[in-house]
Amino acid sequence: MSAPVVGGPPVRVRFENVSLEFGSPRGPLRVVEDVSYDIREGDFVAVIGPSGCGKTTMMNMLAGFQAPTSGRVLLDGTPISGPGPERGVIFQEYGVFPWLTVEENIAFGLKLRANRVPAGERREIVRRYLDLMGLSAFAQAYPKHLSGGMRQRLAIARAYAVKPQFLLMDEPFGALDAQTRSNMQNLLLDILAVERKTVMLITHSVEEAIYLASRIVVVTARPARIREIVDVPFGYPRDEAIHERPEFGELRSHIRDLVMDEYRAQQDQARPVSFSD
Amino acid sequence: MAGLLRRIGLVAAPWLAILAAWYAVRWTGLVNAALVPPPHLVAERFVDLLLTKGLLQDIAVSTRRVFIGVAVGVALAVPVGFLIGWFRTARALADPVINFFRALPPIALIPLVIVYFGVDEPAKLVILIYASFFAGVIVMSEGVAQTNPLFVRVARTLGASPGEVFGKVIVPLTVPHILTALRVALGVSWATLVASELVAAQRGLGAMIQNASTYFLLDVIYVGIICIGLVALFMDMALRRLSGRFLAWQDRSGA
Repeated sequence: MSAPVVGGPPVRVRFENVSLEFGSPRGPLRVVEDVSYDIREGDFVAVIGPSGCGKTTMMNMLAGFQAPTSGRVLLDGTPISGPGPERGVIFQEYGVFPWLTVEENIAFGLKLRANRVPAGERREIVRRYLDLMGLSAFAQAYPKHLSGGMRQRLAIARAYAVKPQFLLMDEPFGALDAQTRSNMQNLLLDILAVERKTVMLITHSVEEAIYLASRIVVVTARPARIREIVDVPFGYPRDEAIHERPEFGELRSHIRDLVMDEYRAQQDQARPVSFSD
Repeated sequence: MAGLLRRIGLVAAPWLAILAAWYAVRWTGLVNAALVPPPHLVAERFVDLLLTKGLLQDIAVSTRRVFIGVAVGVALAVPVGFLIGWFRTARALADPVINFFRALPPIALIPLVIVYFGVDEPAKLVILIYASFFAGVIVMSEGVAQTNPLFVRVARTLGASPGEVFGKVIVPLTVPHILTALRVALGVSWATLVASELVAAQRGLGAMIQNASTYFLLDVIYVGIICIGLVALFMDMALRRLSGRFLAWQDRSGA
């Protein structure tokens, strides 16, 4: 049952020959095909591949929104049956609750039965994340007054507040401008340095994957299979300077080649489909 | 101070324009003057009705009918509209039926209402409830169907149980639609009021208008119409006030 022990941290998540098909008018559509890999405690895994390839579907299975058609997704050895507060999810569209103020958003999870804490402790936690995420001045504001970057910081604060062991992020910075995006990446590294989580990041940015992750899973055009798993040779903490390192450049061109290859494969796939109907 | 005057001016301007147009229609002779009572005579008649004919009672009776019609109609429309909006199968089943009944003008149903409910108060209320219900169901179901499923997902990843998702996510997202349903139902109800008071009503603004039409009392008809418009306007303003307080979070320019 357990992984071959090579020492190191324990395996927390295991994708075991996972495949997933959707029903479609033209018959079953295979989105994920025979994917197997492990995520260990404290790993930062980035999943990268052409858009629409099924990366998000992989994350949805780990989040508990979708079940595999065959194979198993195991969390600490048990098949996942639904979402849970130990797996915090950050969505590209933020999903901050517009009817709650910033501090009420952060407190939301702490008022649920699953992770209820006494009011005093709750205020303490809210204050801490308002502070860490630089949102203290906006505690009483509604999200309509926040910029995109601030909304994403709020979403991260809200996820962190319930103390998840995992952070699942689906292109979390994709909608942000370049400067904000880079700030958010650094903020994420900072907060992970303070409170370590096991992370799965879905991204289409090669640079983002290398800068943030400890391991990069390159997946193929649909159906998503594993093309290659690449270990990132940089430790933590990291800073912008690693962008200038020669290993960074080598890794970037290697992964970019893989991704471009799959992108072309996807274009070829897409062509006949777009003409039929 | 200048700002206040400006605002009063802006509010008053369209009404003054309507008054001017009213006098203009009379003076230009476009319409036979006997058929257009001038505003000052209508105002005189208004005071007369108020002091000697119990206009206030007519207003109260009609307002009460509209109020009950909207309250009952929307109270039924909220759960039904919610179910139709939330569950796709319910929507597929109910949509054609709802649209069938919604398209029927309440006035066409009056003979049937008389047969089944008689000619007393319940008959009038049934017509208003009918009108409010279908207006409310449409607004509710359309609104709820557009609920962003992302918020439900987020709540579940934070550990919310199905009951908590309902109480803490779906209910707050539904409140704006309930308020819109109330406003739409209120408008439809006032529009239906005259029809509902066709059913042997002794009092009420609709009854007053109909009795006046029997004796060709144009000024009374004008008073009745203006009263309906004003009461409907005040009720809508009150609801908008209420919405503004409940929905400060909504992303609307100027909010």
